[in-house]
Amino acid sequence: MKAMDSLILRTAARFLLPLLLLFSLFVLLRGHDEPGGGFIAGLVAAVGFSLYVFAFNAGDTRELMWMDPRVMLGWGLLLATLSGLPAILEGKAFFTALWWPVEVPLIGSVTLSTPLVFDIGVYLVVIGSVMAIVLALAEVEE
Amino acid sequence: MLLAVLSGFILCTLAPWLTRSFGDRAGWLLSLLPAALFIYFLTWIPTIAQGEAVIIHYPWIPGLDINMSFLVDGLSLLFALLISGIGTFIIIYAGGYLHGHKDLPRFYAIMFAFMASMLGLVLSDNIIALFVFWELTSVTSYLLIGFLHEDKDNRWFALQGLLVTVVGGLALLAGLLMLAVAAGGEYTLSGILAAEDIHAYPFYTGMVLAILLGTFTKSAQVPFHFWLPNAMAAPTPVSAFLHSATMVKAGVFLMARLNPSVGGTDLWFYALGIFGALTMLTGSVMALRSTGLKAILAYTTVMALGTLTMLIGIGTEQAIIAAMTFLLAHALYKAALFMLAGALDHETGTKDVTKMGGLRQVMPITFLAACLAALSLAGLPPLFGFIGKELMFEATLGAGGALAAFTSLLALLSAIMIVAMAAVFALRPFTGRRKETPKTPHEAPLSMLIGPVTLATLGLVFGLFGFLPAAALVGPAVAAVYGDPITVELYLWHGINAPLMMSIAAVIAGLVLFAKWDTVLAGFKRLTFIDRFGMERGYEHAMDGLVAVAEWQTRLLQNGSMGNYLTTIVLTIVGLAGWTLLVHTDTPIPLGLFDVNLYEAVVAGLVVVGAVFASVTTSRLGAVATLGIIGFSIALIYVLFSAPDLGTTQIMVETLTVILLVLVLFRLPGFIDYSAPATRIKDAVVAVALGGLMTLLILAVNDVPVAEPISDQLVHWSEPEGHGRNIVNVILVDFRALDTLGEIFVIGLAAIGVYAMIRFRAEDKAQ
Repeated sequence: MKAMDSLILRTAARFLLPLLLLFSLFVLLRGHDEPGGGFIAGLVAAVGFSLYVFAFNAGDTRELMWMDPRVMLGWGLLLATLSGLPAILEGKAFFTALWWPVEVPLIGSVTLSTPLVFDIGVYLVVIGSVMAIVLALAEVEE
Repeated sequence: MLLAVLSGFILCTLAPWLTRSFGDRAGWLLSLLPAALFIYFLTWIPTIAQGEAVIIHYPWIPGLDINMSFLVDGLSLLFALLISGIGTFIIIYAGGYLHGHKDLPRFYAIMFAFMASMLGLVLSDNIIALFVFWELTSVTSYLLIGFLHEDKDNRWFALQGLLVTVVGGLALLAGLLMLAVAAGGEYTLSGILAAEDIHAYPFYTGMVLAILLGTFTKSAQVPFHFWLPNAMAAPTPVSAFLHSATMVKAGVFLMARLNPSVGGTDLWFYALGIFGALTMLTGSVMALRSTGLKAILAYTTVMALGTLTMLIGIGTEQAIIAAMTFLLAHALYKAALFMLAGALDHETGTKDVTKMGGLRQVMPITFLAACLAALSLAGLPPLFGFIGKELMFEATLGAGGALAAFTSLLALLSAIMIVAMAAVFALRPFTGRRKETPKTPHEAPLSMLIGPVTLATLGLVFGLFGFLPAAALVGPAVAAVYGDPITVELYLWHGINAPLMMSIAAVIAGLVLFAKWDTVLAGFKRLTFIDRFGMERGYEHAMDGLVAVAEWQTRLLQNGSMGNYLTTIVLTIVGLAGWTLLVHTDTPIPLGLFDVNLYEAVVAGLVVVGAVFASVTTSRLGAVATLGIIGFSIALIYVLFSAPDLGTTQIMVETLTVILLVLVLFRLPGFIDYSAPATRIKDAVVAVALGGLMTLLILAVNDVPVAEPISDQLVHWSEPEGHGRNIVNVILVDFRALDTLGEIFVIGLAAIGVYAMIRFRAEDKAQ
């Protein structure tokens, strides 16, 4: 596919991608209490990268992602699986959620948890899956 | 005991690595395991010889009452000793026979897996575990028979053995389950043997037939005998192991094992007696017309298996003593003979007995061992085989009813032919004029002689000192098979009686036959109808039929048309779900439109308009765009019913779908061929049927009161247990995390699949 040679789209994509990625992180982290979560966040990020594919091309997007989507997919699956293991070490059933409140200077109390790690895994799987397909399709066109 | 059975599987994983590290000496090193097992089993003899049966329990799947329990009694110990003892020599022997073969590591790996399966099979007390090990021996022996897999014939023969035994295995599973029911839900052999009223089971006949189908295929009884000689495609160490103590004896083992509880009926008596005797005769005749060393031995194995089956069927005290004695004698001489045949083949380069001669000078040790083992095969004193043969004649003469004359006659005929073939094996290659062979022969290496020499000598020792095996091995085994303790005494000299006369007659007639063998062979060559109407043709026809049926139903069901698949699926759903809906709905489905707000009606109208436009448009882009409208409208509906998570996800998915479709659309040609109006009407009917059904279903479901939806509970737990207010996310990542994990694996696999399809098609085009 030829990239759409549009200055407006390119300029917009340059600004929109960081915003979309930031937004996706926001959606990811707030997901436990407000609408959001790893799946939606992953889709938002994937939409951002897809926009970039249209504005520029697949090669540039691949460079920008600094990780092959297939590898990202693998890391996501690994992370999600590993998040179930700490419970076993504590003698509980696989995937029992564990929570650790942590005091972070300037921000305050933050709760780290295995579901968060799991959600990050889902996030990476979704981005990896969608981008693997989109990039493959786009590259075939080029 | 658990370790003893499983150690083979453990070593199976290490064997390839050890073989590579230790090179030539790996065979000797690896043989230490079966040797150690052999010694371990030897230590059981004092306990078992006193008539005890020991049961050892390990829980395996407690919820299903499947235990790893082991039953050690005379029968299982006899087999365990044979498997580990002969296994030791086979492993050493293979090191010499397959010296330098590139796949030797793989060979050892499968060999140990097979040996461990065999041990598990004979020692298991739980019949489910027994069946699992039974099938494991089928699978591993398939890999062993097809070891030299570059040859098409070998693959075919390996598959033949697998299919025949696995079909029998299925029947066996059914039979074993019925047996467990007959024994009052008892899944252990010890329990089944203790159960009393198995003969009163209403489906006794079916149960016995199912079990026998399993054991007959495994132990190559007529009419399933054809796979066994074909299994000669295996390397010789495998044949030696499979034929002497293991694979093919598994069926005999199971019949012997079940004899006390299942046997003792007319059905058992005649089925085993007649089929066993026929198999015995078939094996002998086929051996007589073979010229390959291994083929001769394979058919004598068929003969031996038939004899054992027949003896178990006869079931008298004499018969069981004869069966166990014969089994032990056969294991010893058959393993030795196979290893010697392999040595001859290895050194001369030919398997054909008519192409060898005068090897006595160059291979003296091989010659001596062959003589000893062949004498035992022929059943001549003072070898152990003689005792076995005498006892067999005694048993057939004492068989009840019409079987006495029938089995005695067949036994005598087969004995004559076996004497002749034993003479062929022991004398033809070694005496007479030297013949040119493909390789220049010299004596086989130590690794290939130690096994046959030891086993053949053991046959002599057991013959001379019959009380040794009688007390330690045969006696306890007979007690286990017969069901009651019996004192077994084995002597060479039984006095001048009918069995001795039969033996003498068999030897004399056999030697005459040996002298005329070339003439007999030429006569057999003309009888080609045996090949044309043999059971193997039947197997081939069955296989062709199977393939034809598979092709027919594939053409019918997997016709490659997406439209047909969808129609089939949709009509099935409509038929089944619609019928259920019709039958099980008592109250009429409310069809009225109540409480519909204006904005809801507007969104619903958008969806309908989009759907209609998508199905009538002639432009791909138009179809994509209208599908997008439907998607976003549905997202709106989610939002209206306060499901923001779903709504957001739907919008994201719709966006990505449109992006993907646009990318794909570039690759697709425009609509070129439109369906005929009739097809379109048919498609419309199918689509409307599904849509209508779904609408009715949703309306009906809305109307059904649910006791207390689980969602209330989940909402209740969300904050305190899941530390989150977003119930959807708490369910996804915490309550149902394992489900989500499964889903993201599916997503990942799907992505890789799509990626592969796109990339490989692109690469194909590029080339």
